[in-house]
Amino acid sequence: MKDKSIKTLRMIGLGFLEPLIRLFSGEEPSKNGKLFFTKALLPLLSIILFVVIWHAGATALYNSEASVRIEKARAEQGEEAAIAMQECIESGDVSCQPNTLPSPKQVFGAFQALWQDHKSISEKKAEFKDKVSATNEQREAQGLDPITYTGRPSFLDQIGTSLKTVAAGCLLAMLIAVPIGIIIGLSESLRTAMNWLIQILKPVSPVVWLLLVFMIVKTVITDPSLDKSFIISFISVGLCAMWATLVNTSLGVSTVDKDYINVAKVLKLSIGQNIFKIILPASLPLIFTGLRITVSVSWMVLIAIELLAQSPGLGSFVWEEFQNGANDSNAKIIVAMFVIGIIGFLLDRIMLSVQNMMSFNKGMA
Amino acid sequence: MAILELNNVSKSFGVGSSRIDVLSDINLKVNEGEFLAIVGFSGSGKTTLINLINGLLFPDKGEVLLKGQPITGPGPDRGVIFQNYSLLPWLSVYSNVKLAVDEVFPKMSKSDKEAHILKYIEMVNLTPAKDKKPKELSGGMRQRVSVARALAMNPEMLLMDEPLSALDALTRGSLQEEIIKIWSQDKKTAILITNDVDEGILMADRIIPLTPGPKATLGPEFTVPFERPRDVTAINKDEQYKRLRNDILEYLMEVGATRRQTSDHKYILPDLQPVMPGRIVFGKKKYSESVKHF
Repeated sequence: MKDKSIKTLRMIGLGFLEPLIRLFSGEEPSKNGKLFFTKALLPLLSIILFVVIWHAGATALYNSEASVRIEKARAEQGEEAAIAMQECIESGDVSCQPNTLPSPKQVFGAFQALWQDHKSISEKKAEFKDKVSATNEQREAQGLDPITYTGRPSFLDQIGTSLKTVAAGCLLAMLIAVPIGIIIGLSESLRTAMNWLIQILKPVSPVVWLLLVFMIVKTVITDPSLDKSFIISFISVGLCAMWATLVNTSLGVSTVDKDYINVAKVLKLSIGQNIFKIILPASLPLIFTGLRITVSVSWMVLIAIELLAQSPGLGSFVWEEFQNGANDSNAKIIVAMFVIGIIGFLLDRIMLSVQNMMSFNKGMA
Repeated sequence: MAILELNNVSKSFGVGSSRIDVLSDINLKVNEGEFLAIVGFSGSGKTTLINLINGLLFPDKGEVLLKGQPITGPGPDRGVIFQNYSLLPWLSVYSNVKLAVDEVFPKMSKSDKEAHILKYIEMVNLTPAKDKKPKELSGGMRQRVSVARALAMNPEMLLMDEPLSALDALTRGSLQEEIIKIWSQDKKTAILITNDVDEGILMADRIIPLTPGPKATLGPEFTVPFERPRDVTAINKDEQYKRLRNDILEYLMEVGATRRQTSDHKYILPDLQPVMPGRIVFGKKKYSESVKHF
């Protein structure tokens, strides 16, 4: 039980909890206590320190913005207006709050507000569903499309949309990059022929890919029922992120150990068997390393692409909040920032565990 | 009748000034059912020779004939045991052998195939480890898998490229005996490449030394007269064994020595005198008396 849970924790990248489990099972308390301190408590302390510095910085910025406002009121409207402004700021009135870096407390408040918002929206959705269920059954019987909820999406809905876009983009990247990578990897001349193209296209910015995809999709897809902005954004994500997989796959295929190739030659394997039984398994670790990079790159470019493509998701959430300029917009942007970071981290951890599972060189299988 | 024939075979790598003539003028006849050992210094082109026979390389000059036909490439009729095992690390012992069996006997029924694979795994005493990955096995066990894989292909000829040289002395001894035991069951033609004269004497019917490269060629053959099965401890005390061993070693030393003498290029070092720091005077700059130099 203990060993099994430790193994699982290690595989999903939560190895820092290992000393805690050993500690609970009473194994070498002093050593594991120390390990728990260095592995789990120190990172926690650093997070606390980060929050403290953030709080101090936010307070300083708030004060300087407040004093600027008061001075401005004094210079433009006289002493009385300055006092009124100061009182207004101190009272916490929404109309005159300095607009600057939100403090941790404000961000947490915004997080709670977003959560409440999500709850109320899902309640509305459920209500709507109840209301239209009878009508929808009728419409289905008549062969019509059911009525769907078209209200504002909640923050969690937008996270879901973003994840869907990334999943579709990564799938597209994998479907394009892995076969091409294998073909390029197999032939030295194809590799030299394609190399310049890859090297030139690899550093192209996501924004340019988006515009390129937009140009093509706009002409190709004329059916208005399709979600064009989603198609554009996931194709752009895929195109931006596929290069790491492409390069890694071709590298993996072209550097398969000569011994394995000799085995294939001595056994006289056919080309298909050679690829599927020798070359592909031998290059799987590198392919998955590439896919891991692809996933993190696609999550990173997704925000920028969604922001520009007007496709729903975290990117457009951030952009809308910035344009909105409401009192808690800044705090909501910071919430989105943390959510983006945490989800990116989790995606990377998932890919790391998959990569570790695929690797036959590291550790005992 | 000679099953394998090498006639005036030469092989070189590279072009121009970087060209290295590895093998030159190799003539060899291997009879059906005999166990031949080729001994030589490391780097003398032994692996190149075995690669010419298994078809991974082709000769520049001369011909390699298998049953009178020139070799066109590698094939499962010649089972190869590589020096570095060459097992596929993502497959278990069983699957590694199965890969070879699938290829050589595609029409065999599933149960026959399984029995066939298990028979060869049993032959090398690896039945308890048949589901393990190569990573989990010791060097000796890995080489046994390699032996099982080569034998399971039921080859007409077994080519061994220094199969035991990466192993420790004790494992090597026991594997030597095992390979001989397995070989003596159906007496296939076997060629063993080795750098160990004792190993050659213990295992082979005939020993042919390979002179050190470049331009390595085969020396005179030595026949090993001992009856099989050979007992290591008994042979070790045998006078005839000592003489044979000394003859082969002497020959190898001799060719090694002459090879060393052939290079008469002399390297002359320039006559340089050490210069003390601080005494160097650039241009017309005056040497200052006030500064102390060491």
